[in-house]
Amino acid sequence: MAESGHSWPATPTAEAAVAPRHSGLVRVTHWISALSFFGLLISGAAILISHPRLYWGETGNRGTPSLIDLPLPFILAGQNGWGRYLHFLSAWVCVLTGLVYVFSGLLSRHFRNNLIPARSDLGWASLSRVYSDHLRLRLPKDTSTYNVLQRITYLEVVFLLFPVAIWTGLAMSPAVTSVFPWLVTILGGQQSARTVHFIAAVSLVLFLLIHIGMVCLTGFRNRMRAMITGRGVH
Amino acid sequence: MSTPPSRRKLITAGLSTLAGASGLAVAARIAHHYGLIPPDHGGLYGIGETLTYAGQRLLMSGRSMAREFNRSDISKAPVVNGRPPEVEAYERQLTAGFTDWRLSIDGMVGRPRDFSIADLRQYPARTQITHLACEEGWSFIAEWTGVPLAHVLNLVGVLPQAKYVVYFSMDPGWWDSIDMSDALHPQTLLTYGMNGQELPKGHGAPLRLRVPRQLGYKSVKYITRLTLTDDLKRFGKGLGSAPPEFGYSWYAGI
Repeated sequence: MAESGHSWPATPTAEAAVAPRHSGLVRVTHWISALSFFGLLISGAAILISHPRLYWGETGNRGTPSLIDLPLPFILAGQNGWGRYLHFLSAWVCVLTGLVYVFSGLLSRHFRNNLIPARSDLGWASLSRVYSDHLRLRLPKDTSTYNVLQRITYLEVVFLLFPVAIWTGLAMSPAVTSVFPWLVTILGGQQSARTVHFIAAVSLVLFLLIHIGMVCLTGFRNRMRAMITGRGVH
Repeated sequence: MSTPPSRRKLITAGLSTLAGASGLAVAARIAHHYGLIPPDHGGLYGIGETLTYAGQRLLMSGRSMAREFNRSDISKAPVVNGRPPEVEAYERQLTAGFTDWRLSIDGMVGRPRDFSIADLRQYPARTQITHLACEEGWSFIAEWTGVPLAHVLNLVGVLPQAKYVVYFSMDPGWWDSIDMSDALHPQTLLTYGMNGQELPKGHGAPLRLRVPRQLGYKSVKYITRLTLTDDLKRFGKGLGSAPPEFGYSWYAGI
């Protein structure tokens, strides 16, 4: 606080410390994505339990060996009907919101300015220090910017996990693959696409759990306020 | 301390809402005209269904072909799902080798008529090795032999205003429909053979409509009747097929 005239460390007043954190577009797309992901998750579970076995290759059924047998019952009482309707509705909301987020993030240089890690942060020593700090829950005090682990994680979610989930979802469609067969052939088959779709979903759930955990550990009220009102205490 | 919105802002917002609403209305009319609205378009889920159906219809052409496989890809154990029709008439037909089975075609056609299985076998056959995926998640690959639906539709002379083919199973309550894009597609077959043999009972003997660009449940077994129509509202609850009546979408290209 140079203009305060005090020498460092000054005690910032609560008024001065509340600063802009997230842009309106980031906040709106964050919450719409969160809602659609919730829809995708419960509907995905409803679809999965109608056949909780995963395979590799083109085909798989009760008469063939499986890759993963999930410890879940086969529930065939029509849960996948509403599950499928909700899954595709949520998928459209998620994809359209994601496109708005990615294009505006490119135009506004959100990714370049806020998410791409500095080269100096990517060294082995620096990364392992941040990593071990996180493991010991010695969390960074400065919340005005994302730390390197956050940056890597968010980029991975936006540019790896969601695209893989969308790609493998499309690769299961006989209509879409009639136009773009390579979507499924490079994965090794329709059942491989289903399995990778499941792995992407599990990875996103793991991200979600850690994400919510970190929000709680680093000041739930302040973090929620920042993502809702756009302003937070740094 | 928010200031009240200026008059100009209000006018701009009003005009853009109006433009957006009329734009949507125009888009809906165009989509309807080009047959991009599925019959189960109602409600919140209908928005997703309409986006999927319209998106895929715009993406696909009448010539985009479901993937075909090699003989070595054929599944050793093609899963039998569900039971044959539990009606006496089916048992009788099965014992008689389906000699009296008839496929009747009516509705918006120039020359409605019946076909026996022997009639259908006379026409140029197509054999294709395709994937059949159930919406539950399992799948198998088999070789299917039959006459393209397009060939039979040509024989009865489809009227230009027809938009859908509705098909009925001997299994009570089972019926479905497809648009003309799928009906005239070269891979849509009135199937009577599977893996080099006659179509087995469990897979729909004597006649199954295979629609390989959609999920398995659109490939209805034990087909007895087709009708061509321009309006699906007249059938059942007006949702296009039996599956939406118990919660499954009409269009299953996913």
